[in-house]
Amino acid sequence: MTITEKILAAHCGKDNVRPGELINARVDLVLGNDITAPLAIKEFLRIGVDKVFDRNKVTLVPDHFTPNKDIKSAEQVKMMREFANRYGITNFFEMGCVGIEHALLPELGLVMPGDLIIGADSHTCTYGALGAFSTGVGSTDMAAAMATGEVWLKVPDTIKFVYKGRLNKWVEGKDLILYTIGNIGVDGARYKSMEFTGEVIKGLSMDQRFTMANMAIEAGGKNGIFEPDDITIKYVKDMIKRNNLKRAYKLYKSDPDASYSKVIEYDCRTIEPQVAFPHLPENTKPISKVGTVKLDQVVIGSCTNGRMEDMRIAAKILKGKKKHKDLRVIILPGTQSIVKQMIKEGLYDIFLDAECVVSTPTCGPCLGGHMGVLAEGEKALSTTNRNFVGRMGSPKSEVYLSGVAVAAASAILGRIGSPEEL
Amino acid sequence: MLLGKAHKFGNNIDTDAIIPARYLNTHDPAELAKHVMEDADAKFPGKVKPNDIIVAGDNFGCGSSREHAPVAIKAAGISAVIAKSFARIFYRNAINIGLPIFESPEAADGIKEGDEVEIEFTIGEIRNVTTKKNYKATAFPPFMQQIIKAGGLIEYVRKKLHG
Repeated sequence: MTITEKILAAHCGKDNVRPGELINARVDLVLGNDITAPLAIKEFLRIGVDKVFDRNKVTLVPDHFTPNKDIKSAEQVKMMREFANRYGITNFFEMGCVGIEHALLPELGLVMPGDLIIGADSHTCTYGALGAFSTGVGSTDMAAAMATGEVWLKVPDTIKFVYKGRLNKWVEGKDLILYTIGNIGVDGARYKSMEFTGEVIKGLSMDQRFTMANMAIEAGGKNGIFEPDDITIKYVKDMIKRNNLKRAYKLYKSDPDASYSKVIEYDCRTIEPQVAFPHLPENTKPISKVGTVKLDQVVIGSCTNGRMEDMRIAAKILKGKKKHKDLRVIILPGTQSIVKQMIKEGLYDIFLDAECVVSTPTCGPCLGGHMGVLAEGEKALSTTNRNFVGRMGSPKSEVYLSGVAVAAASAILGRIGSPEEL
Repeated sequence: MLLGKAHKFGNNIDTDAIIPARYLNTHDPAELAKHVMEDADAKFPGKVKPNDIIVAGDNFGCGSSREHAPVAIKAAGISAVIAKSFARIFYRNAINIGLPIFESPEAADGIKEGDEVEIEFTIGEIRNVTTKKNYKATAFPPFMQQIIKAGGLIEYVRKKLHG
């Protein structure tokens, strides 16, 4: 079996499962945010149970419109807060503790290798970086899981991606996943599990792996998953120590004879930093073929690229420089502890001196919510995960996606460009 | 059996196009319905009529997990979505909230904008009344049929828990 099949089998009390099989699986964690949880709460109340299945396993993260952008969004968070109080939910994150959900949960040790996690947010697939099965669902699924502790799932086929060779300069996990989506298309892994393997993956840091797993959904994937290795184990041990946790975790690996619906190999020596053009993440071009695209805004951060390593890459490029006068730059760290670390390492000063805005952790600009929305005709380069029509504001604006190094360099250049041009 | 007029859309209609995030500070179905499909066709909310049908290409509903997407479609009075294929989370959400969806590449190709379409929900039979052509949608697995029959996942779970 593959790692995904093993985790699913372990969570439905079976020795083995096969692709296509429908199972009722036990969940280790259920997640919702300020867009999806209010609808889930409304549906949960219709079920007619007097408690959630486990008050420590329901996680409510009001991160999308935080700090509350208007009265309606404040009402949504109020509904979550009252629900958390009434049902004794331990993991409701009030402003001041809240971070972008997919950066926050791994940092706090709420997700572990071998876990089965569902979240009413499509980027819940991020936790696959830890060797967990983790997938996005809707609010009604969240409601049912809050009541029963279970979710119905179809065991997916798995596509194995093998990244060979070595990474070129400035190429990040983000470029690998953009390249992959460009290659297979936005529905290339629809309903499927994406298993990321190969010698290049073995050398990738956890932050880079989170970025790759995060975007499995942009290829239509059910989950994106990495086999846990020494890098995973070190990350998990540090996280357990830091948070003083007492929690078991389980390391699963795919069998050598596991069956895959497809095996796709990439030679990373041929992969340049990537840019996805509007309006789909599959519209990728290598940086050398981008041409001249002048920018109005650069966003560096989010659940895709708002971790400490991303902040360090951006700071390294922006240090001692100023952003181009014709654009705005938003630095969007994932969590409060990342902000703290940025201040400690002097990154905050670097960004402020470069005339960037450093945002509080929020999903805000990524989905055109608030804190940096685009006007008609404007172009943004963003390290986020989606460039659909209207994604970051006006339906007549354009979003380009890239990794952190290209975004930071472009902030200085005023157009999409490579750090090599600086 | 329902009769409605077809509205055609292309491939990869994402949930941001179905219901843009700028309207997601509420989960009120009537409010969401006012902006349904707005970023795919700004005139759509004004022209859609009760029982109308959305007919789309591949990967309908890709992107975000927002259930507000099928909720907005349902609340706008749209009786069903026919597509060549559906994105995974949208598919689940539609089944869970009781929005009828039908996967049929042939129907998605054969039905044109403005055609009158009739659907026999229980057996997935689609009839283009305008051209008099019939199509058959992919059947749902028995487990999903139980959720559909119960009227959605919440009703299904209620029954399971309370008998």
